[in-house]
Amino acid sequence: MAQEDTNVIDQPEVMKPRMVTIEIAGKKVEVPEGITVIKAMWYAGQEVVRGVGCLGGFCGACATYYRTKDDPKVRTCLACQTAVQDGMCFTMMPPFPARKATYDIQKLQDPKQDLFNFYPEAPLCRNCNACTEACPQQIDVREGVWKAVFGDFKSVSEMFMDCVMCGMCTPVCIADIAPNLVALYVSRAQGAHFTEKPVGLDTRIKEIQDGRFSDEWNRILKMSEKELADHCATVK
Amino acid sequence: MDIHALQQIVHKTRDARRQQTIPKFSSEDRDQLIHKYHPDYRASAYRPIRFGPNEGDKTVVELATLLEGDSPIQNNADLTPHYTTDVLVIGGGGAGCAAALHAHAAGSKTILATKLRLGDSNSVMAQGGMQISVAPEDSPVTHFLDTLKGGHMQNDHALLKVMVEDGPAIAKWLLELGVLFDRQADGNLHVKKGGGSSKPRLLTCSDYTGLEIMRVLKDEVINQKIQLLEFAAAIELLSDDSGACSGAIFKDLDNQRHVVVAAKSVILATGGIGRLHIQGFPTSNHYGATGDGLCLSYRMGAKLAHVDTFQYHPSGAVYPEQLIGALVTEGIRSEGGQLVNAKGERFVNELDTRDVVSSSIIRECEEGRGIRTMSGRVGVWLDTPLLDAEHGPGTVEKHFPAMMLQFERFGIDISKDPVLIYPTLHYQNGGVKIDTNSETNVKNLFVAGEASGGLHGRNRLMGNSLLDLMVFGKRSGLTAASRAGSIKQGRLTLNHLQQFREDATKHGNVSGVVSPMILPAYTRKVG
Repeated sequence: MAQEDTNVIDQPEVMKPRMVTIEIAGKKVEVPEGITVIKAMWYAGQEVVRGVGCLGGFCGACATYYRTKDDPKVRTCLACQTAVQDGMCFTMMPPFPARKATYDIQKLQDPKQDLFNFYPEAPLCRNCNACTEACPQQIDVREGVWKAVFGDFKSVSEMFMDCVMCGMCTPVCIADIAPNLVALYVSRAQGAHFTEKPVGLDTRIKEIQDGRFSDEWNRILKMSEKELADHCATVK
Repeated sequence: MDIHALQQIVHKTRDARRQQTIPKFSSEDRDQLIHKYHPDYRASAYRPIRFGPNEGDKTVVELATLLEGDSPIQNNADLTPHYTTDVLVIGGGGAGCAAALHAHAAGSKTILATKLRLGDSNSVMAQGGMQISVAPEDSPVTHFLDTLKGGHMQNDHALLKVMVEDGPAIAKWLLELGVLFDRQADGNLHVKKGGGSSKPRLLTCSDYTGLEIMRVLKDEVINQKIQLLEFAAAIELLSDDSGACSGAIFKDLDNQRHVVVAAKSVILATGGIGRLHIQGFPTSNHYGATGDGLCLSYRMGAKLAHVDTFQYHPSGAVYPEQLIGALVTEGIRSEGGQLVNAKGERFVNELDTRDVVSSSIIRECEEGRGIRTMSGRVGVWLDTPLLDAEHGPGTVEKHFPAMMLQFERFGIDISKDPVLIYPTLHYQNGGVKIDTNSETNVKNLFVAGEASGGLHGRNRLMGNSLLDLMVFGKRSGLTAASRAGSIKQGRLTLNHLQQFREDATKHGNVSGVVSPMILPAYTRKVG
C-alpha cells in the first residue's frame, strides 16, 4: 500500500508490543499490553465459549471481575471492551442465578402495581449503591430501582436503554433484587402501556391493507429492467 | 507522527469543509470506482465452487472451502431423536427469535436451538435502525425502489415487495411487545435518513436499536416458555426419504455429545459469515458468525444466491487497536459526519450507498491519502466533532451514547476528536435462496435473516437487515407452523449426506476441511 511517509505514525514498539504480566483466574501469564481481556485469554491459550458473544460491547456475555495493581477494589467490566494492564488480575463472571418473572406484557391490567407481584423484592432496596458501582455501562442502577418502585417507568426506560443485561448488578444486591430484570419489565411495560400509539403507523398499515399503492405496484412490477432502472434513478 | 497530531488536520479544515457539498457519483463513475476498489471485485480472492447446487458459481475462497467441506457426522450415525418437535428454529438472533415466537403463537411445539446463548447474534449489535416506510411523504413503493437501486437492481422483487409491505405491521408488533422506538413530539415514530435512501425511514432506539429489540424478544421467548437448547451448534441437517428436511443434529458444546432433534420443519436463522475474515478483513460480526447455515443447507441441496457479494461497512474502527473492526454507526454520517483524508479533504458524499463509500475509502488509502496507526493499520478520519459544531454541543453524546461509551473506555472523546475508520466486513449480501414464505428449494427447510439470500441484491441498504429478520422470521415461523398440523414427521436419514459425499469424491475431496466451522480459532497455540 503506497503511503506518504508523513502519514506514518512512527512507533515501532507497537509492532513489537510491550509485554505485561496479568493473572487469569489465578494463573500468571505474559500478554501484549493493551489487548482486551478476551484477547488476553485467547493469547494465553484459553478457549472461551461461555463468556464470548458479540465482541462489541452489546451482548453482556463477557461480564468480568478484575483488580488492578495496588488497588484493593474489585471492579467489573465487559471483557471485550477492556484493555489489560500490567499487574491486572481477572476472572470471568458466570451468569448468576436470578429469578425472572414471566408475564404476558400485553395483558397486564395495572403494570405499575404488578411490578410488586412480579418482583416483590424490588421495594426492599437498601440504597447501598453496590449495583450502580457494579454496572459497566455506567447506569445509575440504584436510582433506577427506586424510580421503578415509585412508578416513574418513563425515566427507568430511558436510564436503562444502555443495559446489556450482563447481570453484574445481581450478585451484589443485598436485597436479592435483579435490577436488570426489573428494568426490563419496566421498560417493556412503559413501551406497551404508557407510550402513545403512533397514529401515522396505523394510517400506513391501513393504506397498505386498502391497496392504496396497488396501481403503483402494478406499474413498476411490469416494467422492463431498463425502465425500472431509469425509474429508480428518478427517485430523489 | 503521533495520531493526535495527525488529527489536527480535521479540526483545522472543519470550517472550510462545512461549506462544501459533495455531489453523489454518476452511475458510470460509481461503477468504475466499485470495480476498481471494492473487495467484491478482487478476482484473486474468488474461485468457483466445485460441486453441489451452485457448481461453477464463484465465491470467496474461504466460503467455497467450507461449502465443499465434509460433515463431522458419519453416514451410519445413530439418529435416535433426543427431542421431537413441530418446528425447530436454529439460531437465537433476531430472525430466530421472531420465527420461534410466531411459530409458538400459531400453536406449534417449537424448539429454539442456538450455538451460544439466546440472543448472541449480529442483531443485538445493530445500531443504525430499522427501515420502515412510516412517514407520510414516504411509501412502501419508494422503500422498494431505494432498496433496488442500492442492491444494484439485483434484488428478488417478490421478496422485496413482501418486506416493504410487511414492515409497518412489524413495527406495530414490536411496539405492542414494548419496544421503545424514538418518537417525535406528536407521538409519531421518529425517522432518520439512512445512506442510499431518498426519504427518512429509519426507526431507531437511540443507537441501541438492535439491543432494545433483542432485549424484548429474548424476554418474550423466555416468557412464552419456548424450549431452548443453548450452546448447541447445528452440525448436520436430516432428510427424509423424499429429500425434505426432517430435523437436525447438534453438537452440545459443553460435553461434545451429539443431540438429534426430529422436526416437521426446520428454520435456519444462523446469520452471516464475518468471522471467516474473508480477504483478511476485520469484522463487525459477533463471535459465532461463521456461516454454519450456508454449509448445512448446501449439503442438503439448497441453492445459494449472490454468495459472491459481501458488504464492507464503510466505518469500522481502526484505532484504538482494541476496537478493530467494531462499527462506528452510519448514523454519524446520516447526521452530517464527514469523511476526511490525510490532506484534510472530503472525497465522497458520505450518504452514498455503503459499497460506494467503502470503495472510496479504500481508494484514498491505496492512493496514499490514508492515515496509518502505530500498529500499521490504515484508515481515514470520520469527523465526529462536526456534529456538535453543527447541531450544538452535546449532540454526539445525546444521539450516540453507545459510541461515546465504547470509545470513552479507551480515553477517546469522540465529540472532541475524530475517529479513524476503514471498511470492516459487515454483512453477507447473499445466502440461501428462499421464496416469500422463507422456504428453500428443499421442502420443509426454511431460512430467515442474514443466512438467506436474494432480498438485498448485491448490496444491502442500512436498516434493511433488522426489517428482513423480523419479516422473514415471522413468515417462516407462520408457514412452518401452519404446515406442522398437516404433515407427518419425516423419517430421519442422512441420505443427502451420502449423495454429497459421492459428489465430493467425484471431485477429489478437494476441500480437506470439516464444516461447519462452529467457532473461529482465535486461541493462540504455541509450539
